[in-house]
Amino acid sequence: MSTRLAQGGRRIDRRKSVEFRFNGKRLKGYEGDTLASALLANDQMMVGRSFKYHRPRGIVASGAEEPNALFNTGEGATFEPNQRATTTEIFAGLEAKSQNHWPSLEFDIGAVNAKLSRFLPAGFYYKTFMFPRFAWKHLYEPFIRQSAGLGRAPEAEDRDGDTYEHFYGFFDVVVIGGGVAGLQAAKAAGEAGAKVLVMEQTAQWGGRAAVDGGEVDGAPVADYIAATVAALEAMENVTLRRRMMGAGVYDHGYLLAYERLRDHCPDEAGPRHRLWRIRAGRIVTATGAIERPLSFAGNDIPGVMLASAVRDYIVDYGVSPGDRVVVVTNNDDAYRTAIAVKEAGLSVPVIVDARVGGGGALADQARALGIRVETGKGIAKVHGTKRVEGVAICAQAGEGAVLDEVGCDVVAMSGGWSPVVHLWSHCGGKLNWDEAQACFRPDGNRPPTDQDGEGFVLPAGAANGELGLGAGLTDADAAGKRAADETGHKPGRGKAPVAADVDEAALEPVWLMPQGAGAKLRMKAWLDYQNDVKVSDVQLAAREGYESVEHTKRYTTLGMATDQGKLSNINGLAILSDALGQPIPQTGTTTFRPPYTPISMGAIAGEARAEIFQPLRRTPMHDWHEANGAHWEPVGQWRRPYCYPKTGESHAAAVAREVMATRESLGLLDASTLGKLIVKGPDAGRFLDMLYTNMMSTLKPGKCRYGLMCSENGFLIDDGVVARLDDDTFLCHTTTGGAERIHAHMEEWLQTEWWDWKVYVANVTEQYAQIAVVGPNARKVLEKLSEDDLSAEGFPFMAWKDVTLNRIKTRVYRISFSGELSYEISVPASEGRALWNMLLEAGDEYGATPYGTEALHVMRAEKGFIMIGDETDGTVIPQDLGLHWAISKKKEDFLGKRAQERSHMTDPKRWKLVGLETVDGSVIPDGAYAVADGTNANGQRNVQGRVTSTYFSPTLGRGIAMGLVLNGPDRMGEVISFPGTDGKTYDAKIVDPVFYDKDGEKQNV
Amino acid sequence: MSETLSALKGARFAGIAVVTEAGLRGMITVRGDLADTDVKNAVTGVAGVDMPGQREINTVGERGIAWMSPDELLVMVPHGEAEQAVETMNAALTGAHALVVNVSDARAVFDVTGPHAREVLGKLMPVDFSAVGFGPGMIRRSRMAQVPAAVWMTGEDAFRVVCFRSVAQYVFDLLKAAAAEGSEVGLYA
Repeated sequence: MSTRLAQGGRRIDRRKSVEFRFNGKRLKGYEGDTLASALLANDQMMVGRSFKYHRPRGIVASGAEEPNALFNTGEGATFEPNQRATTTEIFAGLEAKSQNHWPSLEFDIGAVNAKLSRFLPAGFYYKTFMFPRFAWKHLYEPFIRQSAGLGRAPEAEDRDGDTYEHFYGFFDVVVIGGGVAGLQAAKAAGEAGAKVLVMEQTAQWGGRAAVDGGEVDGAPVADYIAATVAALEAMENVTLRRRMMGAGVYDHGYLLAYERLRDHCPDEAGPRHRLWRIRAGRIVTATGAIERPLSFAGNDIPGVMLASAVRDYIVDYGVSPGDRVVVVTNNDDAYRTAIAVKEAGLSVPVIVDARVGGGGALADQARALGIRVETGKGIAKVHGTKRVEGVAICAQAGEGAVLDEVGCDVVAMSGGWSPVVHLWSHCGGKLNWDEAQACFRPDGNRPPTDQDGEGFVLPAGAANGELGLGAGLTDADAAGKRAADETGHKPGRGKAPVAADVDEAALEPVWLMPQGAGAKLRMKAWLDYQNDVKVSDVQLAAREGYESVEHTKRYTTLGMATDQGKLSNINGLAILSDALGQPIPQTGTTTFRPPYTPISMGAIAGEARAEIFQPLRRTPMHDWHEANGAHWEPVGQWRRPYCYPKTGESHAAAVAREVMATRESLGLLDASTLGKLIVKGPDAGRFLDMLYTNMMSTLKPGKCRYGLMCSENGFLIDDGVVARLDDDTFLCHTTTGGAERIHAHMEEWLQTEWWDWKVYVANVTEQYAQIAVVGPNARKVLEKLSEDDLSAEGFPFMAWKDVTLNRIKTRVYRISFSGELSYEISVPASEGRALWNMLLEAGDEYGATPYGTEALHVMRAEKGFIMIGDETDGTVIPQDLGLHWAISKKKEDFLGKRAQERSHMTDPKRWKLVGLETVDGSVIPDGAYAVADGTNANGQRNVQGRVTSTYFSPTLGRGIAMGLVLNGPDRMGEVISFPGTDGKTYDAKIVDPVFYDKDGEKQNV
Repeated sequence: MSETLSALKGARFAGIAVVTEAGLRGMITVRGDLADTDVKNAVTGVAGVDMPGQREINTVGERGIAWMSPDELLVMVPHGEAEQAVETMNAALTGAHALVVNVSDARAVFDVTGPHAREVLGKLMPVDFSAVGFGPGMIRRSRMAQVPAAVWMTGEDAFRVVCFRSVAQYVFDLLKAAAAEGSEVGLYA
């Protein structure tokens, strides 16, 4: 029975009872309890089923390293899987459910896997599910997906009900870990004047020092903690944060920290988690150490716990994990657990010490308390299934012959301590193997280095392998001072606090218990609880040739999943080393990757969700479009109206209506998104001659010219109309998606190649709202609003002019992308809406019809105008599109010129642009390929062309398309076939790409 | 005059900081040799403030000059005076190689004020907004979440944010989210 003790529990407040639910049962705990301590207080020893064999599992640890006690918490909008009970603080109304079992925790069908365990060894999936091949997709994978995983995924329709945010922090020194080492390091750095952040992942300062006891400067360590926290709080340059974890260390002192603000008080307003994105001069990792389990048969039965966790539950939470606690150890530290159990009034039937020589002073103290100590012994086997009933004791040196049987409820095990080196290692800090303590610890000579080549992470205290209280404080004090010094501060000369370390006998590495355990015992000796990996699995992997620890990890799944092997890694690689007959440092560790423990997806996303998931760019007329039923099309980050369907009208019908209204009378287009770049300077003409394929320097002020832009590799990257504003100044229109890209392109050439040319570029895209007034009645509307000369002679095609329209000063470009009489009118954005309203009103008598991007596309296709992104895809050159007329032959050079002379670019077999007219008037599917005779080397049908644009033309009442076709321009009139994915084949005649008004009579009026 | 509209027509939100769209402002991009006396005279003449140093801004009322890059300044005047200011500067810079262009309407402007304003901005911009890291007279061009933004202080606990007009709603929504009740960071206030 585990239960709440009558006294004790420094973290809980017994006056404040908290009710929560576990698997639907109402349970009670106290404020300050973790879900783990509260479950133990309610005798809930079994908390889940294991991943693979569905074995009953209990709470093993008391902190972030817990592998077993993972729960689904919350419901609906607050649901979250895989929450660790040991780091989940309880609150009123907490709802927790155990995972990985069906139909219930107590009775689970999947447990049959355990009976089959000899048929489920390491690599089982790889070996078994290889053949037959088709079965993987249809049989094996669905089955494995069903049975795999711990927590369940949230329901697809549920939305996270909480909010999250990021915060950018800047500090000289960031200390990760608020145990005694972290507090001392922060104090040393803070006293030197550094700007310090110290964070602690739990709700309490001091780490486990208060549980382990000892004296600092002659007073109890708890007093030291309280005094140091108070001193830090009094320093203006020090920030203290609890419930905040150092998640990852990255290049250049970049650090991610995960702050859990509302997990323990979900009803309060505010973000649930905050992800801190920190720039730190120096990072001190005072992350402590994690106790290792021992590998003996039955070490996964609920009630087998880490020795340190047993005393944590007693001292921190006033919870007894069981009345009779057998301690099994290879070091002195676990004796502290025996003493704590005894002092709590509970029983320690025996301490099983694997070392023949036994322990030091702490062992003497335990014996003085009347505890039986057996040295040179180990545990042969743990009895029990859903909870521990007793242990069989054997000689550690032997093969497991039972010498004694001892009844007990808890087995407290300790295999020694591993420094938490994760954050040191994230960015490349190297480790040394410490033979004496049997652990990896940071090698101070090989730290992760920053932009100056200097080490920027300083390990401190237990995380640096200094496990004793006194040694840890001294080390941390030095780390804090060094961090301050290296960030330009002057550390004081004060001495580190003094704490006497208890004289402990040396640890003896024990990787298997007993050392000669036979196959049967090894198959029950768990290394990795979360992934159900046993000693026998790692040994099998070694026998099968897995020598690299990284390969063994993937083959056996040792050290994977949510705990990333915090308990299992060292034990696993020790077993692997032994099986390979090589020393542990030669095997090495797997890579430590961020985050230290899992962080929420919400915290990673931060504010980027719902309406601010991505920026959405709006034109000055956006609200009007929205109010008038626009169906939107995303164009880059802009939203442009695709069409404006009327009530009951289909999109296709709306597009047809918009096209016809424009062709017959008057259409209005919001063209504000078009890129507008001002290019100015004495060398502007020369610069544009290099950027465009055609000549721009000869353009006269007041005139416009269409131009093509290619990359230096010759491929078309953008097009648009250039207007010359004065001798020195050009306005270059780009495509909507090209504004920022082409601006950057221009700046790059100016800054890197032609830095001595006198040219400045400015992106004024958003300064102007631009409205296209299009159709046979376009001039009439403008003439209604203006006194200026807008006649065909006074304002010809491809000219621009400043025009006052009913007191609004505008600039009008007489250019056309539709083939109609067309004016693009530009005004400052703040007047865009006013102009739009004015044009709608003035055009009303002509049935002014706003049209969207699809009508624009249809009309330009009817005219055979190309569209960047349709006719081009990054592999197309202007010559492919029959645009020779826009490529200057006079110019000595322009970007792309030499590339276009390469043999492949001049290959007559390059597919060329043609028009395509379906024989039956239907519309060819977008992206369809024209087939040719025969098949290629892959057995696919040969192709001879593809469709680049395809529409139903309301003007012509038939399907029209453009496409790139082999020898296309020489094959006019020939019919080629485009098989669709709908089973039909579309036969189309090769024609001229200009379908409508070939002579341009409509636009030139 | 016709009706001129700022992107959000003065939208306002009060949370742990107050966010207000500040309406239309006259803003002129000037590119040129910032060490050139003609350039200096042209911009200071229009703005009525001294030339700022690197990453600095000088303002008096609605007028000011902000350093944007080694060859770019932002000159600020009342919105209605921007066109005239462009002409004045162009006239002063005749013959010099410089670019003067009105970008007033390409921008949206927000004021973020209150004791938690530093924290609100610190959630969205990778900038040290501590009192030591950022104070009056400084300007930062950076990003706000996923869009470019510039920021400076107009008084104690008062910041002015400038972004592109097309993303005004996005920026306002970002600031609203960052200023939500209960989201104090407790670092700068």
